[in-house]
Amino acid sequence: MSASVIIFYCIAACILAAAVLSVTTTRIFRSAIWLLFCLMGVGALYFWMDLQFIAAVQIIVYVGGIVVLIIFSIFLTQQSGKKMPAPPGGRGLYALLATLFGLGLTASLIYQHHFAAVEAPGAFTADVAQVGEQMLSTTEHGYVLPFEVVSVLLLAAMIGCIVIAMKEPVNKKDKPELK
Amino acid sequence: MNAVPLTHIILLSTALFFTGMYGLLTRRNMITMLMSVELILNSVNINFVAFNKYLYPKQLEGVFFTVFIIAIAAAEAAVAIAIIINLYRTHQSIDVEDASELKY
Repeated sequence: MSASVIIFYCIAACILAAAVLSVTTTRIFRSAIWLLFCLMGVGALYFWMDLQFIAAVQIIVYVGGIVVLIIFSIFLTQQSGKKMPAPPGGRGLYALLATLFGLGLTASLIYQHHFAAVEAPGAFTADVAQVGEQMLSTTEHGYVLPFEVVSVLLLAAMIGCIVIAMKEPVNKKDKPELK
Repeated sequence: MNAVPLTHIILLSTALFFTGMYGLLTRRNMITMLMSVELILNSVNINFVAFNKYLYPKQLEGVFFTVFIIAIAAAEAAVAIAIIINLYRTHQSIDVEDASELKY
């Protein structure tokens, strides 16, 4: 058992422990912090797989963007120290049974399926220059069209966020009524 | 590196997916449900990268799918949080049980 195998199982244990704590803890702020550790573990897994670009994107977008956004929205909407109520009735039990059943079914399917062996699995490289060239190329395996579509989608999402979260404009002529 | 079989990475992502699914089924707070959705999206990304690396090492398709999924997940989280904050303004609560005007 080499060091890289041990590192993989350590990363996997960290990811799963942080994920389980994130969905089971009763305080919402702790849940967000455990989610942060889980996403950093996934970034470490990408580093382990020699995908530095994806790992950097994961750290920047998820850890630096989405988790910070979630923490801000927690501060804006509720008392962060308050405990959340437990799920009513037997909902937690039924959800646990359903997920364990799904996990067992999927795991048995994975174990029965034999993936085709690749002749040279160590030859995989995805450095930034390669990824950038293929993303912006217009040849057969180029990804410039999805790239542009995603940029338009991000613009639309940004405008949509502003419109949704905007306050109702107060009519300047009438006196604003204090409620 | 190659001593870890592909099956174990897929099992890790499966466990992460069902952890997120458990959170989605039990939580009633919209922000925590959004966190569970992020866990599910991450498990899908691990799958794409692992299949790309282990089964098709000459290509980069899984890497591109992962990049686009991360971009779309960021857009989805931003829109969801805008909706949650607007809902909090009108209902003073972000519990999904309290937002039931369209239910009946």
